Amino acid sequence: MHDHAVLRVVSKLLMPFIFLFALYVQFHGDFGPGGGFQAGVIFGAGMILYALIFGLKAARKVAPLHYLRAQLSLGVLLYAGTGIVGLVQGSNYLDYSVLAHDPAHGQEYGIMLIEMGVLLTVSSAMTLIFYLFAGQDH
Amino acid sequence: MTLFDPAWIDVAILAFMAIVAFVVALLRSVFASVMLMGIFSLLSATLFVILDAVDVAFTEASVGAGISVVVFLGAMSLIPSPKAHGRTRPLLGALVCIACGALLILGTLDMPTYGDPQAPIHLHVADRYLSESLEATDVPNVVTSVLASYRGYDTLGETTVIFTAAIAVLILIGGSWRDGVKAPARADKETGDA
Repeated sequence: MHDHAVLRVVSKLLMPFIFLFALYVQFHGDFGPGGGFQAGVIFGAGMILYALIFGLKAARKVAPLHYLRAQLSLGVLLYAGTGIVGLVQGSNYLDYSVLAHDPAHGQEYGIMLIEMGVLLTVSSAMTLIFYLFAGQDH
Repeated sequence: MTLFDPAWIDVAILAFMAIVAFVVALLRSVFASVMLMGIFSLLSATLFVILDAVDVAFTEASVGAGISVVVFLGAMSLIPSPKAHGRTRPLLGALVCIACGALLILGTLDMPTYGDPQAPIHLHVADRYLSESLEATDVPNVVTSVLASYRGYDTLGETTVIFTAAIAVLILIGGSWRDGVKAPARADKETGDA
């Protein structure tokens, strides 16, 4: 799809808004619909659009495979690690109340952290799966 | 139901979904089927919006109508000619479909009416979540606080499932562990091409 001028220009225009919308869904998940999973999928879809229009090689320069692999594991580690902090502080696993002096604030921080973990894992998983499927033919 | 009843929207969307499902089953072109399955997902996302499940609609629209279509197309490009051939047994398939469908409908007969305040799901912990979650977590969106805090274990499990899926794809067709380096396991294919 390298020589479709309309597709290239329109997707170039749309790309920043897609990523911005993903971040909005991520950080506005406390107030409106959305959260880590939805944001991750939208982020991944933005990367897939980039790879579809500008080619896998260009996309791999933006987000190399080894980077995505690290990000994939980092997300789950961040989630599980947030749970372990609760354990170390003498509470239950995945109890965020101990993350701050005020239990409600601790819950808010914990939710933010684990949603970030979900975002990291989901966005890299979606991009990675597409990379691998699309990179098979050559 | 009067002429201007909003319930007609539900009827129209469900009718569209049924039509799309039948066409997917009847079509012989895999490409068209994949595209129609994306449309099916989009229609069910619309239905979720009507049911006030905006988060689910969000997920359905982006995963079902977006990424899964792209992944299906990617998988299609790897298969030489994805066409159904050989003898088919339409009668056997129809019997299995009708039996499964009848069982599913039988299962729904026991379910409470949609929106019934006396339904078991509304009598257990839902009230506590709705009244206490803002105070306990400082997060106004109850869906987020239930998903991430009250049901944190489930969400950790879901994230691990996605992690595992990506790892499985990586092991199956990832080839090399470094960019640009081919794994020895794929060497037989390359010599075959040469």
